[in-house]
Amino acid sequence: MELYQKTVFELSRLMNSREVSSVEVTQSFLDRIKEVEPHVRAFITHTPSMALETASLVDKKRLNGDNLHPLAGVPLAIKDNISTGGLRTTCASKILENYIPPYDATVFKLIKQVGMPLLGKTNMDEFAMGSSTENSAFFTTRNPWDLEKVPGGSSGGSAVAVSTGMAPLALGSDTGGSIRQPASFCGLYGLRPTYGRVSRYGLIAFASSLDQIGPFAMNPADCALLLELLAGHDPLDSTSYPGKVPGYVSSMEERLDGMKVGVIKHSNEKGFDPEIKDAVTKIANLLEKEGFAIDQVEMPRTDYGLGAYYLIAPSEASSNLGRYDGVRYGFNGGGDNIENMFSRTRGEGFGPEVKRRIMIGTYALSAGYYDAYYLKAMKVRTLIRQDYETAFKKFDILIGPTTPTPAFKIGEKADDPLEMYLSDICNITDALAGVPSLSVPAGMHSNNMPFGLQFTAPPFCEGRLFNVANYIYRNRDPLLPERPPASFRKGGTE
Amino acid sequence: MAIDFRKDVEHVAKLARLELTKTEKETMAGQLSDILDTARRIQELDTEGIEPTSHVIDFPATMREDEVGASLPLNRVLQNAPKRDNDFFRVPRIAKSGNDGQ
Amino acid sequence: MEYEVVIGLEIHLELQTQSKLFCSCSTSFGKEPNTNCCPVCLGLPGSLPVFNRKAIELAVTAALALNSSVQLNSRFDRKNYHYPDLPKAYQVSQYEKPIALGGCLELEIDDQVKKVNLERVHLEEEAGKLIHSGDSIIGSDYSKVDYNRAGIPLLEIVTKPDLCSGHEARLFLEELRMLLLYSGASDCKMEEGSLRCDANISLRPMGSKQLGTKAEVKNMNSFKAVEMALNYEAERQRQILISGGSVIQQTCHWDEEEKVTVPLRSKEGSSDYRYFPEPDLLPLLLEEKEVNIIKSVLPESPMDRRLRFQKEYGLAKSEASLFTSNRPLGEYFEIVALKYKDYSNLARWIQGDYLYQLREAGKSESALEPDKLVELLNLLDNGDINRPVAKELLAEMVRSGESPSRLVNEKGLKQISGHDMLLPLVEKVINENPDAVNNYLGGKEKALKFLIGQVMALSGGRADPGEVKKMLISKIAE
Ligand SMILES: [Mg+2]
Ligand SMILES: [Zn+2]
Repeated sequence: MELYQKTVFELSRLMNSREVSSVEVTQSFLDRIKEVEPHVRAFITHTPSMALETASLVDKKRLNGDNLHPLAGVPLAIKDNISTGGLRTTCASKILENYIPPYDATVFKLIKQVGMPLLGKTNMDEFAMGSSTENSAFFTTRNPWDLEKVPGGSSGGSAVAVSTGMAPLALGSDTGGSIRQPASFCGLYGLRPTYGRVSRYGLIAFASSLDQIGPFAMNPADCALLLELLAGHDPLDSTSYPGKVPGYVSSMEERLDGMKVGVIKHSNEKGFDPEIKDAVTKIANLLEKEGFAIDQVEMPRTDYGLGAYYLIAPSEASSNLGRYDGVRYGFNGGGDNIENMFSRTRGEGFGPEVKRRIMIGTYALSAGYYDAYYLKAMKVRTLIRQDYETAFKKFDILIGPTTPTPAFKIGEKADDPLEMYLSDICNITDALAGVPSLSVPAGMHSNNMPFGLQFTAPPFCEGRLFNVANYIYRNRDPLLPERPPASFRKGGTE
Repeated sequence: MAIDFRKDVEHVAKLARLELTKTEKETMAGQLSDILDTARRIQELDTEGIEPTSHVIDFPATMREDEVGASLPLNRVLQNAPKRDNDFFRVPRIAKSGNDGQ
Repeated sequence: MEYEVVIGLEIHLELQTQSKLFCSCSTSFGKEPNTNCCPVCLGLPGSLPVFNRKAIELAVTAALALNSSVQLNSRFDRKNYHYPDLPKAYQVSQYEKPIALGGCLELEIDDQVKKVNLERVHLEEEAGKLIHSGDSIIGSDYSKVDYNRAGIPLLEIVTKPDLCSGHEARLFLEELRMLLLYSGASDCKMEEGSLRCDANISLRPMGSKQLGTKAEVKNMNSFKAVEMALNYEAERQRQILISGGSVIQQTCHWDEEEKVTVPLRSKEGSSDYRYFPEPDLLPLLLEEKEVNIIKSVLPESPMDRRLRFQKEYGLAKSEASLFTSNRPLGEYFEIVALKYKDYSNLARWIQGDYLYQLREAGKSESALEPDKLVELLNLLDNGDINRPVAKELLAEMVRSGESPSRLVNEKGLKQISGHDMLLPLVEKVINENPDAVNNYLGGKEKALKFLIGQVMALSGGRADPGEVKKMLISKIAE
């Protein structure tokens, strides 16, 4: 077994016992990148020398006998909307193509503090707007299970990097499914933490009241370990939660007998793949055998989630993206007066999906439409939260599909934004309610594509998600592949 | 009642400072009408007396004390500036040239 | 037809904090361009705002001073518009739920107390500064941007349309400035832009309740400019109305050179600000207890102080006003008044000779130890020195800080009084100036003045001129 195939815990143990060095571990991932990256194109920026430098520094500290974090020397990849000081951060947009942040995002600061080598910045949909990574201004990332399919999005690059073994861990961001949906499409674990659990400082905003940074990993324990590092109060983010961070890893093995699981009954499951629906039942049965109580839960207003989301998120985005005007940073489209400079910069610098959302948002906030669109959507958001509150009075945890179908073909939905939006249908309401949600690999579709199920817990109960995921992980079918096949196939189901 | 976004495209694009080509405007008008039609389904829900949610969290806002901290060094403030004039950011004329105003 | 002028003001004040509203950059004025900047106030992608506690306290302080009702639950909204001095393309401001509602300010106009009502008081962030390559926006090929100011906490105060002339507007601003200086919320330096004022002005037929079409006047950079600009604009509108025309709603600039208001081309499409709640900041929740604490330490208002000085010390209105507008001088007066009870004499000395000597010496209002001034006035009151000597001593004391009795002893300045002390001097002068004596006897009053002067000179200025005069008259008459 190659180093890049090992779990983070295993790598951490090997480094701690000095059986391998961080440089060796990091080199293993860099080699893997060389091998795989040309097929899938998950990275916008590669940082091999930076990674090795950090790795050798950690190795030196370890030889010194310094007290190191379990993640010290474990490399990772970061989505390219998280600010890395001195290192280009593009948001996969032409408008930020050459932007070099002069400061670090809080999560990057934490990562540097413990000494995690940065392998590179991953591809995404421009400004995190999209569900397929096709909206990147630079190139489309491919799904490693089938190169003609999308990896999901917007954190497609991070999902692909981890699922192919190019990185043991990665950071993504989830505004309305951007971590969980690609996790489902690529067959790995992806967590959207509770809103406020992880600092957003330095995360380039899409929709501020929805954005959260979260981890991708190949197993629940690795995912929990990374969240433990990321979570916590940040005085630079006034929406970050001041409460303590629980020991997610240490409580991981606790049994949850008698816990009540609500199986979400979607009122409109027309587009839902029957195999995915079956998987929900199968996993529910497994949990019942493990001592959980299972019942159905209805959340009547969540049906309106899509409508509310596609007003709230673009509205906030239209305001957040106003600053890209060619004055202080980023692309400048030229012009002989300020007005045409602004319009040209933005007209040429943004891609079509970003422009669409700026247009919807500007419209929804504009005079005469605010009450009917934005305000109404915020009230619907209240009703959706109430549905969750009611559900969590009866249930400790909710379960449902992460995505209605497995990954779709590249180009399949590119011309129909509404169809594309529907692929996030299961992810949006959790985001609106601000609750944590974890996508867990749940099997292989008969078309040989992986798919995930999603567990949702009350605010700040991420630990519960890891625990439940652990049951499923332990009971996984040993015959199903965890990683995409070693030789990348193009198209078809063979 | 379907929404016709065509008449609004021009105005909204101007508000958002987005230069759009003719084709972009046409495509966008159709797509945005569809999206807004879907979004408008939320009108079916009765929200009488419901408070809007602008934040999902209910802990108090973080405050900082009034203490001066380090600012960025000037070269880093300006490192990404597309146009500079010494230590300033430079922008083209504020007033419109020509007689295209109202 | 007679018209009346209706004016409402919008005042922006920079609050006196050390650091900016949402980041820890310094607020200090006049620094090298773009050196008080960080990711937050430059609006760099990914940066987030965090409240400055002090800015909120000062906003509450100012609101309380203005009798405005502080809202325990207020909120910040984004005001979206594109302008190069606005780093995020939105200003974080308070729209729907400001920090304080209502309020009023009383001012005295021609011996009448006038109450000017306020609409609201809210907190927002300052924008950066544009420097134009030419003399004005219109004539410039390009502009330069300095973001040092961006993010400084601003308090916006909006009045109801309760003012009816440029003069009233000016008096209001002067009173407001003093009030806020007293409260400590702002340094109110108009020359540094920390106090700015825009005005809405319209005319309506006398007695009408309906508001006419208004113009917004901007760029008034002094209180005097406010008065002149509003008077000019009122007259301009009056002429239009009188000649049967109608005023169009517009924004104009006050041209300080030409002394005229110039209409600005309306900013295209900028009137739709698309306000919505700022998602990066949680609602601002204040506790009644906190507000009460601020209320309890609120300093006396200038109006209260003026009234108290008149009542407590029996001062004239003009004196009370001076001791209010010159706050340190008023404070000095009060300290001295603890030990010197002839308040009106004290007031005369402080606002007269003392203030004059301070200015001459370039010293601050509390330059002289209060006890020394008391000592000086006591010496004078007891007849130990005369008034001219007292004045001279005061100058010396302000310069050197010496005690008056020491100076008197050192220089032998004690007043020479009493028949026995003065008689030899008077006799000497009469004997040595027979011509003058004769002239006086011949009816020339001037000659007496000359003789008094001679005696004073002999005494080294220490004699009491009144007594000298009496003695000369009686001696010559002998
Ligand atoms: Mg304002
Ligand atoms: Zn700053």
